Amino acid sequence: MSLGSQILQYLFTGITVGSIYGMVALGFNIIYNSTGIINLAQGEFVMLGGMIMISLTTTFKLPLPLGFLISVLLVTMIGAAFERLAIHPLKNPSVITLIIITVAGSILFKGGAMFLWGKGTFTLPAFSGEKPIFILGATILPQTLWILGIMGIVVLLLTLFFSFTQAGKAMKACAVNREAANLMGINVKVMVLFSFALSAAIGAVAGIIIAPISLMDYNRGTMLAVKGFCAAVLGGLGSNLGAITAGFIIGIMESLGAGFISSGYKDAIALVVLLVVLFVKPSGILGNKERSQLKKF
Amino acid sequence: MTRKTKVATGVVAAIVVALLLVVSFSVWCAALKPYKVGAVFAITGGASWLGEPERNTVKMIEENVNAAGGINGHPLQVIVEDTVGDETKAVTAVKKLIERDKVLAIIGPSRSGTTLAVIPIVQRAKVPLISCAAAEAIVIPVKQWVFKTPQKDSDAVIRIYEYMREHGISKVAIITGTTGFGDQGRKQLKKMAPDYGITIVADETYGPKDTDMTVQLTKIKGTKAQAVINWSIVPAQAIVVKNMRQLGMTIPLFQSHGFGNIKYVQAAGKAAEGIIFPAGRLLAVDTLPNDNPQKEVLSRYKKEYEAKYGESVSTFGGHAWDALHLVILALRAVGPDRAKIRNFIENVKGFVGTGGIFNYSPDDHTGLTKEAFEMLTVKNGKFVVLK
Repeated sequence: MSLGSQILQYLFTGITVGSIYGMVALGFNIIYNSTGIINLAQGEFVMLGGMIMISLTTTFKLPLPLGFLISVLLVTMIGAAFERLAIHPLKNPSVITLIIITVAGSILFKGGAMFLWGKGTFTLPAFSGEKPIFILGATILPQTLWILGIMGIVVLLLTLFFSFTQAGKAMKACAVNREAANLMGINVKVMVLFSFALSAAIGAVAGIIIAPISLMDYNRGTMLAVKGFCAAVLGGLGSNLGAITAGFIIGIMESLGAGFISSGYKDAIALVVLLVVLFVKPSGILGNKERSQLKKF
Repeated sequence: MTRKTKVATGVVAAIVVALLLVVSFSVWCAALKPYKVGAVFAITGGASWLGEPERNTVKMIEENVNAAGGINGHPLQVIVEDTVGDETKAVTAVKKLIERDKVLAIIGPSRSGTTLAVIPIVQRAKVPLISCAAAEAIVIPVKQWVFKTPQKDSDAVIRIYEYMREHGISKVAIITGTTGFGDQGRKQLKKMAPDYGITIVADETYGPKDTDMTVQLTKIKGTKAQAVINWSIVPAQAIVVKNMRQLGMTIPLFQSHGFGNIKYVQAAGKAAEGIIFPAGRLLAVDTLPNDNPQKEVLSRYKKEYEAKYGESVSTFGGHAWDALHLVILALRAVGPDRAKIRNFIENVKGFVGTGGIFNYSPDDHTGLTKEAFEMLTVKNGKFVVLK
């Protein structure tokens, strides 16, 4: 295998992994924007999406598109219910209280999944076969193209939603200044509900499309959340484009690092990049410095 | 009713009452003196795939032994504690079993790390411990009160290297998980390679939560490796298998005994076909020749376990099977005395267990040789004995 095709292979791997991180990071952003908190149960939404999809398509034999829709819908409902039952009832909660509630949610979802599906690892058949595509000596799985394509659609839909719909604009207003938005007649609590539902939906989509590549088990969400969180911070919390860019950067750094230095330092390399960037530009690559100063956290 | 039949009825009734009394008395008597054995397993937490089958196995044996009248009339009581795979909790659990429950022997813990943590306690309290964990550090150097039932990692390495030597493979790439199991395997693989004329041309690792290993495998593909050895116990090892096929690599893939879980084969799908790995015979009991001395024990355990719990047996539950049966054997022979139990186990010879045929001695507290491993392969989604 020539060096050129090796590098190309590293890039392909980086892009595959990076797109996964980016998708998870998107979910973090949406909730952060409307509530100012980090939802530490985001990884569990991803896991639930993947697991429900696997059950629907392999146990109940539903066709892929139908299974996809139902899984996303179910996880969205779980996200909304979580907000209604755990976040909504609190009056004037502090940011830290909310974050700890999401930790509890994460443990609950993980435990529930363990009871439902057991501790085994499950796999979802790839959407369009597992025959790799050869490009200049390197290979890429058709599933990676699905991930990139669906991620593109999600980003496009999110952009349209935030720019052209009433609800989207209201959520954006909450992101800029919650109190002002409240004074302008936007029901912030409803926006919080929306944001949980939306980020659960995005998490579910991420879980479904990565399941054929990464396999799924009840415990898979946590590490994805850590990496996704790194991407969200690196890209500048709240910036969707930043999240995607940072996801790719981390993924590609990891795979190049593993390829040229040592696979033992793979995770360390990504974290060092994160630390260096935050040291130089604390608001993240595409974060807004002034805006980040206005936030509590 | 005549007088005669009345008397007869009375006699029968008296006999029944007397019998009932005897039975209940003996039950009451036996309930007073059960033989208590402790079991510490990682039933929940990250290593639960070890602890769960182990717990199920000892509970099943307890039930079967008691249904068959116990041990010399005494019921067997297995007190199970959960370590969550955590060293501190394992230490607390073992202390509780020794001090409060006054157990005669302890089975477990499931993990090597937790076992090493509890060794000082059982040594001091003089309680026999039969670990279900693999690391050689548990029994080398020999500790007076500590035994283990799983096969040695180094024997698995020897079996792989011997196979490679026979098949003319001299350049290998290794890829290992960054858990304790993977790391130990990596050290053994590197240490023993020169003895078998094998050169390690690539040495890669991956984390237990990684989602893609094509980078490491691309590096391996760039070397002259004739085979890959994937040494890991976490589910992520199935991704290595899939990624190898994705990259179009055709060199043979060897795995460790950590691959001995049919779920990993299911997760890897078609890509798993043809993988070669050493493992206990439990996994391929159906394809074992009938004259194999372990066949009967293995088939019985597999049948009973699968009928009761509705899931496939794993070698890990088998380690607990061996450990508890050793203790039962000792209790039958020498009764409830910790020191005598220890001495008995140390001199057990030819005990046919699920892991192999055990021959303990004062210098060997593992009791198994490399013959305990059989080379297996995956064929049509099932484990079969490699011919």
